[in-house]
Amino acid sequence: MESLTSISSTALYTAFVLYLIATGFFGATIRDKRTTDGKSGITGTIAITLTIVGFIAQLVYFITRWIAGGHAPVSNMFEFVTFLGMSLVLAFIIIYFIYRLSVLGLFALPISLLIIAYASMFPSEVSPLVPSLQSNWLFIHVITVSLSQGVLAVSFVAGLIYLIIQVNQKERTKKTTWLEFILFSLIIALGFVIVTTTFNTMDYEATFELEENGNVIEKTYHLPAIAGPKGGTLISEDRMTPLFNAPEWMQGEDAPRKFNTLVWSILSGVILYGLIRLVLRKRIGAFIQPFLKNISPNLVDEITYRAVAIGFPLFTLGGLIFAAIWAQIAWDRFWGWDPKEVWALITWFFYAAFLHLRLSRGWHGEKSAWLAVIGFAIIMFNIIVVNLVLAGLHSYA
Amino acid sequence: MDKIKCECGHVNPEGTVLCESCGKPVAANQHIDGNDKSKLLNMRYEGSARRSQTYNRSIVDKTWNFFSSVKVGVMLIVIALIASGLGTIYPQEMYIPQEAENRDPAVFYEDWYGITGKIYYQLGFHDLYSSWWYMIVIALIGVSLVICSIDRFVPLRRALKMQKPKRHNTFLTRQRLFNETEKVSKAEKEALVAGLRKKRYKITEEDGNILAEKNRFSRWGPYVNHIGLIIILLAALLRTTPLLFLDDTVWVREGETKVIPSTEGEFYIENEKFVVEEYDFNDPEDAKFKDAIESRGTTVHKNYQTDAIIYEAKGKQVAGQEPELEEVTKGSIQMNKPLKFSGYTLYQSSYQENDFANMTFFVYKTDDEDRESLGEITIDLTDPKDEYELDNGIRLKINNYYADYELVNGEPRSVSNYPRNPAFVFNVFPPDSDESEISFVGIGKNIDATGENEYKLGIQGFNMLYASGLTVRRDYTLPFFIVGAAIFMIGVIQGMYWQHRRIWINPHNDGIILAAHTNKNWFGIKKDIEYAIKDTNIQMVIDQEELEEEKERERESKEG
Repeated sequence: MESLTSISSTALYTAFVLYLIATGFFGATIRDKRTTDGKSGITGTIAITLTIVGFIAQLVYFITRWIAGGHAPVSNMFEFVTFLGMSLVLAFIIIYFIYRLSVLGLFALPISLLIIAYASMFPSEVSPLVPSLQSNWLFIHVITVSLSQGVLAVSFVAGLIYLIIQVNQKERTKKTTWLEFILFSLIIALGFVIVTTTFNTMDYEATFELEENGNVIEKTYHLPAIAGPKGGTLISEDRMTPLFNAPEWMQGEDAPRKFNTLVWSILSGVILYGLIRLVLRKRIGAFIQPFLKNISPNLVDEITYRAVAIGFPLFTLGGLIFAAIWAQIAWDRFWGWDPKEVWALITWFFYAAFLHLRLSRGWHGEKSAWLAVIGFAIIMFNIIVVNLVLAGLHSYA
Repeated sequence: MDKIKCECGHVNPEGTVLCESCGKPVAANQHIDGNDKSKLLNMRYEGSARRSQTYNRSIVDKTWNFFSSVKVGVMLIVIALIASGLGTIYPQEMYIPQEAENRDPAVFYEDWYGITGKIYYQLGFHDLYSSWWYMIVIALIGVSLVICSIDRFVPLRRALKMQKPKRHNTFLTRQRLFNETEKVSKAEKEALVAGLRKKRYKITEEDGNILAEKNRFSRWGPYVNHIGLIIILLAALLRTTPLLFLDDTVWVREGETKVIPSTEGEFYIENEKFVVEEYDFNDPEDAKFKDAIESRGTTVHKNYQTDAIIYEAKGKQVAGQEPELEEVTKGSIQMNKPLKFSGYTLYQSSYQENDFANMTFFVYKTDDEDRESLGEITIDLTDPKDEYELDNGIRLKINNYYADYELVNGEPRSVSNYPRNPAFVFNVFPPDSDESEISFVGIGKNIDATGENEYKLGIQGFNMLYASGLTVRRDYTLPFFIVGAAIFMIGVIQGMYWQHRRIWINPHNDGIILAAHTNKNWFGIKKDIEYAIKDTNIQMVIDQEELEEEKERERESKEG
């Protein structure tokens, strides 16, 4: 068993590195003069090959972990989010072979890398299943949902590319600001990964003592506490004292610690973004735009739509129908207005609105692209905020 | 207005935008789909005559037009979306956490969330999804679904049935994909048709005009999936009737046999045993979870299980008389493994460990500081005996037994029949004596009324009894939901994973005009055409929309 688990984590690490290298090759394709209209040349072939090998490595991770744990590795935040990263890669590979657009990889792979890195911040031990999760519907439901979210994430990637190509960067407008905000959010995610990895390797720990419901309990931070727990006393030595306390209205499990992590992510994101702006001396969007000038925005728009068209039925099946069947078996009701269920419904409503708006002429192109971005934000909200902040039946992390 | 006769001879219904047969724009109606303002034709619904676009006089027309608008539909979806989101800001009523001091919504929301919580409660957001206005929004979506579908499906079906391979020149030139080739030989034309056949297009030919069409069925996808949604909404309506949907709970303690509520006394359940299991990493089977369990620091439950027997009451039921029971089925109820019998389903939903199974008492001398035991007795609390005799001859007689002891107005009472807080009044008879002392013993209570007792009783230990909470369900609406969901999935896949593609090949002088339309995936249809013309000199179609946009961009960049 031990060896299987270690094979599994090595395979995941390999996949991560391969995706990273592949991103570099996808980057090279847009500078490659021989390839017009962004389609693949030799660099493109190398890039997609590396991506596929990386995907196979991640598949090895998935299968070995499944065997080692005795259940599908989609049962906690680490496993689920990792699988989401893998779904995005799979969806990208499929879309790549339909449209052969290399630039998609340049954006899809880094986002997948961020997702996998985010996953690794959660406890990664093979964990036992509580009774409610002991069902084959676990993997049927979760895998379908995740695949659909991977496909829908491709529509976000295409939408983002569309916006970078199309938003007029000559002057600062609302649009350029929002586009920068999207890119900034991705940088915050990067900041989060960098900060957490740094302090994890340092084994940083700061423990607080506080009273809760009449008991004295200890809370351990793994990042220096900028925002401490309300009413907590620092008991570790040589650790930074908090600058302020986390707001009281945050009720979720370990809310102060999570809030502190958020503060760190935003701070590091701001610094990173500031540094990038300092080096580039222009908006990031404006910097990337010229590299994408050979790409047909029409094709990118079509990929946005196609990805939603493929992802929507899959999402309905996995996120609503399979979910309902399982909920009926496990919790005796197929629908219970649990926050996770409601947000799945919201996601579904949103993409339904997207598909209906595509029928009207004015909603192609840029508007569609903005919508694809919002759709992805809703999906991310459902994975991150709903699980970590709004407690419910799905908070398994 | 009357029917419109096109120059091709076809008679179109009032309100037609593009002739159903040849596609020639009907001059007076071009504003309807905005064709008057653009170079390309709007091909939505084939320019067929939709009721909503034709009549707008009576109140019926106006209502119909309101609900048949996709924009209104989208607005309703967005309203439902925002409303649903509001309901997740704070937990809904049924998810008020167990640990809350006061679970009454009127108190809880203000208690936990302050002023915003109070407002949340006052607006009724604590029970948002069953509020009248949320239901109305959902119902309006349902109405919109029906009207939108009928408004479009009927004329669209007619137009697609009427279409002819020969199309009007204006129709062809104003398609998004269009090109003209001056000289095309018969062989080339045949190669083109053969190529399209290979791509599974259905070919219709009339006087040298060709229509290549595939996947028309995908146009019906939206209407099929809307039918599915309507069935689901109707099923939700049916669910509100107790006839079709029944939901109840039963608590049954280990060893107890109880009537299952909502079965009209027909079925009984016996809880033979309740099992709670935890993962144990010393067990080789669970050893792989050692790290996870240790780092979590708490135990992890592995199984909740009720071993149950279901009985059916036989014969006529007489009040106050125990019915005769006959076993129907037997099995264990676990999470994810409900037990089914005669249309009912029992789900493992919760458990409690607050009943005592038995208690063990020991007797000692009042003046003995070491409280050395003179003998023990174990009392089965579900069936206590009148008298017990200890090994050394002391006899204990139960004078009074309170299963669920409480002092009510200074009087000792049992507030229920369940042994949740057992207390006893014993008569303690010393060996070979008929004179007894009175002792009152319960959890945390040991009272000697006279203060002169020679013997005292202590609690040695006790065992708890599990009570299993089971949900009883009978749901005849499930098949409707399943059918609705299945139809929805078929429809949505039919509409999304296939596209209705058409290619028109009309002769023009010595050459041909090639035009094409698809309802989505233009990339795909272009690839089909590229494949079909690859060995000919026929010109590839031009994407006129892309062309327009490029011009637009160039103009913009020059101006800027």
